[in-house]
Amino acid sequence: MKIIVCIKQVPDTTDIKWTENNTIQREGVESIINPYDVYAIEEALKLKQNLENVEITVLTMGPKQAESILRQAIALGCDKGVLISDKKFAGADTYATGKTIASAIKSKLQDYDLIICGQFAIDGDTAQTGPSIANQLGIPQITFVKELKQCDSSSICAVRQIEEGFETLKVEFPALVCVLKGIEETTRPLINGFIKAKNACITTYSMDDIGLTPEDTGIKGSPTYVSKAFRPVHNREKCEICENCIALAEKIKEFGGLNIE
Amino acid sequence: MSNILLYAEVTKENYIHTVLFELAYKAQELAKKLNNADVSALLICKTGLAEEFKEAFINSGFDYVYIAEHDRFANYSTELYSKIAVDVINEVKPEIVLIGATTQGRDLAPKISSSLHTGLTADCTGLDINEKGQLAATRPTFGGKLMATILCKTLPQMATVRPKVFKPAPENIVKDTKFIYIKPDIDNVDTKVKFVEFVKGLNTAINELDSADIIVAGGKGMKNEAGFELLKNFAESIGACIAASRGAVEMGLAPVDIQIGQTGKTVTPKLYIACGISGAIQHIVGMQDSDKIIAINTDEKAPIFEISDCGIVGDAFEILPKLTTEILNNKE
Repeated sequence: MKIIVCIKQVPDTTDIKWTENNTIQREGVESIINPYDVYAIEEALKLKQNLENVEITVLTMGPKQAESILRQAIALGCDKGVLISDKKFAGADTYATGKTIASAIKSKLQDYDLIICGQFAIDGDTAQTGPSIANQLGIPQITFVKELKQCDSSSICAVRQIEEGFETLKVEFPALVCVLKGIEETTRPLINGFIKAKNACITTYSMDDIGLTPEDTGIKGSPTYVSKAFRPVHNREKCEICENCIALAEKIKEFGGLNIE
Repeated sequence: MSNILLYAEVTKENYIHTVLFELAYKAQELAKKLNNADVSALLICKTGLAEEFKEAFINSGFDYVYIAEHDRFANYSTELYSKIAVDVINEVKPEIVLIGATTQGRDLAPKISSSLHTGLTADCTGLDINEKGQLAATRPTFGGKLMATILCKTLPQMATVRPKVFKPAPENIVKDTKFIYIKPDIDNVDTKVKFVEFVKGLNTAINELDSADIIVAGGKGMKNEAGFELLKNFAESIGACIAASRGAVEMGLAPVDIQIGQTGKTVTPKLYIACGISGAIQHIVGMQDSDKIIAINTDEKAPIFEISDCGIVGDAFEILPKLTTEILNNKE
């Protein structure tokens, strides 16, 4: 069984600072594997543990530095790393990103059974790239997956977490799933994983390699664009700071906190 | 005639998700800026169900409702529902398509937009029509540290909006709604994804948070389970519901279904008390419309104070027990 895990390099959003010009300071901000993509890697590793002949290819689209997250994924237990990287990919929205990744899979990794993505990326938070890849590949999608189970060589059952409860769906391969945080413990890399990662060969493909033109990808291939970006503003009165808990309890009372049963 | 099309989601319990009525009121506002565009809805449901919802559509100002009924629509299916939506959009050619950002909406919307080769802006917190008549969709990005207004070059311009971000109309807007039944062209569609089972969730926290008057939320500053215990005691003393920030959820201190913020729920209680939450916009977009906000945080420069009405600088571990005692004394 062949699994492709799609991952994204994201800035650690808990660590974002503002410049004096109200833009986001990008220098010196640490890049990490999007946490939901780590869950995707974990689900793939779980399948590898429980089934025979599972090969995991981890794929990312991004600048050359994104190679480091592929090595991290290999250290965790993935087998191969593929980077799709080209200056022409810059500014791609979720449609163009989905198209670019799908083109790479169609042209270079066509022999696959299951694609696993994280449900969200913590920088963009759109939850759209996974479904966009699935649609461009013409394969079915299952999103908001809490658990993958009853997997055999031709199909898999996925439990979706939705507002009202849990929905179990079954799908034949090839298929794409987007996962939430799973129910099991986090995987940690092993020492020999690091050695394997250090020596692993990462394959890099450019726009030409995957058969796209500048019109298909990046900012030109994106239906959406950012017309302006700004720092959020709030229109509340200045916050009144209480000196002690007695004053705070009074405020809670004033705001109706004690009258409501 | 321009047209704004809204997706009417039918929930597992067979009612229309309330996000539709929030979108409807916003769509009427947008329609006025588009020379009184029509506001229409797409309803996909099992055979015979649509009749029950007609009054709600008539009272919510819809001009047209496109209805696709079929026994195969009893459970949501990405493949079948998106096929119908794409067929209807190709026929009706709306300028704008709005979908509630529920799990169903977030599954369906990117499938539709990708099939139509058009753009989709996720989880918008503001929608407007700009001077060129385009949909200007504003959303938080970078974990909510930045707001971005996004435009779309292609039609339809699509966006998703989470429940409770917009308000429904304060009173009925009665229209002479026309109901148009579509014959679903799905006889030859063999779905690759099969429905196996649905198990109703035991945790009803989701619904409780929707109607809670007071919410006490804990963040990373609550550090550990003992911290959340203090939070619970305090919440109990004032009859509040418990919620959490994404940070606390990722630390395993609270279940994801009580997470407030961009990737969680949006709430609008009468009083929101944020304990040990720094106030990343990721969190703020989910609670900023609460009537009153109180913050408890060790860092006086934490952004949460910028959007709070009142607060106290200090460690929630010390403050919450004192505050709970004070409240209980006050009650007596």
